[in-house]
Amino acid sequence: MNREEAISKLKDIVKPYVKDQEAFEKLNESTDFINDLKINSANLVDIVLDVEEAFGIEIDNVSMEKMTSVDAALEIIDTKLAEK
Amino acid sequence: MIKDEIISKLPYSKPFLFVDEIVRIDENGVEGTFFFDENLDFYKGHFKENPVTPGVILTETMAQIGLVCLGIFLLDDQFNSETVIGLTSTEMEFLKPVSPNEKVTVISEKVYFRFGKLKCKVAMKNERGEEVCSGTIAGMIV
Repeated sequence: MNREEAISKLKDIVKPYVKDQEAFEKLNESTDFINDLKINSANLVDIVLDVEEAFGIEIDNVSMEKMTSVDAALEIIDTKLAEK
Repeated sequence: MIKDEIISKLPYSKPFLFVDEIVRIDENGVEGTFFFDENLDFYKGHFKENPVTPGVILTETMAQIGLVCLGIFLLDDQFNSETVIGLTSTEMEFLKPVSPNEKVTVISEKVYFRFGKLKCKVAMKNERGEEVCSGTIAGMIV
């Protein structure tokens, strides 16, 4: 999977939880889920679970805590996919 | 025994404790009851001259039985008096009113328990077995 595909998949996943639509339109690798998209931190758990399902990976506690931005999420997805 | 222990660990007391009994509990869900005594304070004002259990109280009852009791069971030794929990979301539908002196049963089914967050599908039934409200509730350790 290339990076554009991964970003597009990730965009679909976060969409239902986004509170700032303008920031969502401009989503890029440096977008922060909480500070930019204004996502409720409790919903990061739902996003992580949806990422697990969409990419067929399992995310551990340490990775979960790091997954607060698009680039962090992409990096974790890459690492977990490589481990498979 | 375990059921009474869970109730004793609940971080609520009267007049804001809405759990009487846990009927069944396991890692996938919980079922419990509460009796809405007509002397509960909120009936004096909701509504004037026409006491009906407020939807927020039904939601709270579902959260205490369906989410907090199950959460304490799942956390087991990790839950103590220092554990701080918070409600994170509720999505509820109300189908029938609940009158004073009605006993309700809450049935909760775990959707997931991951990264300290518990999400459940919850339904409340009256003594006639009719569903009075249902929805999804989530909370987490904060």
